[in-house]
Amino acid sequence: MAAKGRVTFSQDQCKGCGLCVDVCPVHILALDRESINAKGYNPAYCTDQEKCIACTNCATMCPDLVIVVERL
Amino acid sequence: MAVVFERTKGLTPISTHYCPGCTHGIIHRLTAEAMEELGVLDQAIGVAPVGCSVLAYKYFNCDMHEAAHGRAPAVATGIKRVLPDKFVFTYQGDGDLASIGTAEIVHAAHRSENISVVFVNNAIYGMTGGQMAPTTLAGQRTTTSPLGRDPAHAGYPIRISEMLATIPGATFIERVAVDSPANVRKAKRAIKRAFEIQLEGKGFSLVEVLSTCPTNWGIEPPNALKWLKENMIPYYPLGNFRDATKEEVSDGQ
Repeated sequence: MAAKGRVTFSQDQCKGCGLCVDVCPVHILALDRESINAKGYNPAYCTDQEKCIACTNCATMCPDLVIVVERL
Repeated sequence: MAVVFERTKGLTPISTHYCPGCTHGIIHRLTAEAMEELGVLDQAIGVAPVGCSVLAYKYFNCDMHEAAHGRAPAVATGIKRVLPDKFVFTYQGDGDLASIGTAEIVHAAHRSENISVVFVNNAIYGMTGGQMAPTTLAGQRTTTSPLGRDPAHAGYPIRISEMLATIPGATFIERVAVDSPANVRKAKRAIKRAFEIQLEGKGFSLVEVLSTCPTNWGIEPPNALKWLKENMIPYYPLGNFRDATKEEVSDGQ
């Protein structure tokens, strides 16, 4: 059984570049087109926390270190 | 529950000024994590360049020094020779190291100064608005080569790692990229190895990191990574070009 994880974003620091979105192997990341953070960007968020496998790919590619990954 | 990824202590808690998707942020993290893991943050002195990463001194959580354009290896040489117990690194872009600073980097390598260099190559001048750099690819459009770089007029892009690897004093030369999670992890290992070589007192080490410039390339960040992979890596092949610590027999024998 794949590991379970939890991914947390500091959305106010996110610049909405989307590098994390493409590298997620379980496709649970997206840019939130409904909200704009203080920097003026659409921040990244997790669409389905249950599916996270704590692979850390997203955090590895994040240039702004807004992602914390935990293994449950 | 265990935290498997969080912000390194090697970086200050400041949000960087870099454009969205700029891989400087990733390379800053790798450099800082390598220092943290080697336990040298308290004794580290970094030298910041001129270019987009001119403000690197705000982001690295260690002592930092600013240098004139291209002169970071010369400043680092002075710091290391006066304070040999400190860990000294430079962080330079291609507009800094590969053009105005070519003399400094060649001679620092030639003297095998015991310093480490993180060389970020994104094939363009970023801070000044996307002009053609020595590393700009043939045919690549920039603000000063709007029809694409013409090698007959501007020469071919310079391969710094290959050039430095011919110098006997260059102990460790490797080129990596940050276009995928796997390559980012490889880049981290290379930077850490380069830093270890300095701590072992074995001389000059440089890691060239292929990077992106989504803003001046005019490409969205995820596509910029693809552009790097499809255009830069074929001309700037990845790999280790020199590791004198593994060569049993010295050069020329």
